[in-house]
Amino acid sequence: MKDELKIRVVKGPDGVEFEVEPLKDYYCEAAPTVMPAAYIKVVEDLFNWARSESIWILGFGTGCGAIEMRPLMTPRFDAYRFGVQWRPTPRQANLFVISGYLSTKTLKRAIRSYEQMQNPKYVIGLGSCTINGGMYWDSYNTIKRLDDYLPVDLYIAGCMPRPEALLAGFQDMKKLIRAGKAEGANLYAENFEWYKANQKRVIHDWDMPDYNW
Amino acid sequence: MRELHTKLKSLFPVGDLTEQRSNLGFVTVPQEHLRAVLVHLRDREGFTHLVLLTAVDWLEAGQFQLTYLLSNRTAGKDLGVRVMLARDGATMQSIHDVWPTAATYQRELREMFGIDFPGSPRLHEEFILEGWNDIPPYRRDFDTLKYAQENYSERPGRVTHDPAAHMKQKLNSGGN
Repeated sequence: MKDELKIRVVKGPDGVEFEVEPLKDYYCEAAPTVMPAAYIKVVEDLFNWARSESIWILGFGTGCGAIEMRPLMTPRFDAYRFGVQWRPTPRQANLFVISGYLSTKTLKRAIRSYEQMQNPKYVIGLGSCTINGGMYWDSYNTIKRLDDYLPVDLYIAGCMPRPEALLAGFQDMKKLIRAGKAEGANLYAENFEWYKANQKRVIHDWDMPDYNW
Repeated sequence: MRELHTKLKSLFPVGDLTEQRSNLGFVTVPQEHLRAVLVHLRDREGFTHLVLLTAVDWLEAGQFQLTYLLSNRTAGKDLGVRVMLARDGATMQSIHDVWPTAATYQRELREMFGIDFPGSPRLHEEFILEGWNDIPPYRRDFDTLKYAQENYSERPGRVTHDPAAHMKQKLNSGGN
């Protein structure tokens, strides 16, 4: 466990000393819960339509695929015309694009970021590396199958996929959301134990809370 | 390069010069003379920039080869200084006080090859790997494929084609 997560006594600006237990005070211990659908289908459909038109991507590039996202923010490809935009913090994003290979070190940060995102949230795996390891299939330090660790709603194949492929992927993602098939976050909540076990199997120095929001 | 090598040879017991290009050469130096050679090259010969410090694992010979690549910017020359180390319990003197940047390279070498540099700052902090639980991964006796198969789950259905055979079959022309 990291020092910053251990129980410690802090002195406030008014001189009063108090005990801080970071795991309890800074993080929520409750595991994620399944978000139920709306009470009637037509309302859920309306929600899904609204969700599909409001895609905010977390600007966290994990591998070489991050370079393919930059042209999308420029006039040449202009993803913004599809209502897709990037945000600098997980709290403001609902789509996590895992852009390429994930080393176990980055996986740790990716898990933290994913868990900090608010529901409804979606994950896209970009490139062969997220699907079956790609060219890093025999690497000592990268995972080979992303959906064992995070719930993936959509994969975009290629090494690397061009920005056009990403645009097509975003359109497919919208269709999935509108059809109510992008249930990754609920899957994660349902199989939380399984995902945690997989994550802990590859992250040997687990020094963070089990759930990070 | 030749002149420099002759000059060095008169001062230190350096090995032969391997000239890769007219402006790039390599010399081998005994471990105990490395520091003196580096300081001499930096202060007297204008090799002020440490470009990189890297290692090669000569598993069969039981040795590590360290290469200190130095650059003389004004003369446009590069010189690689090589040191051979025993592989077992590999330890090398730190040169972080000659070039502060060397500390980072030494941290990396400690983690990836398991070469110790006593006295180097933050040497034992994790650099690239986190929670590593095997022998250093850049050592040649570390089996990367085996480690990956044991630790990271695979998606079934991955096939590998021999490019030559595959294209032969695809083009259906017998390879002509």
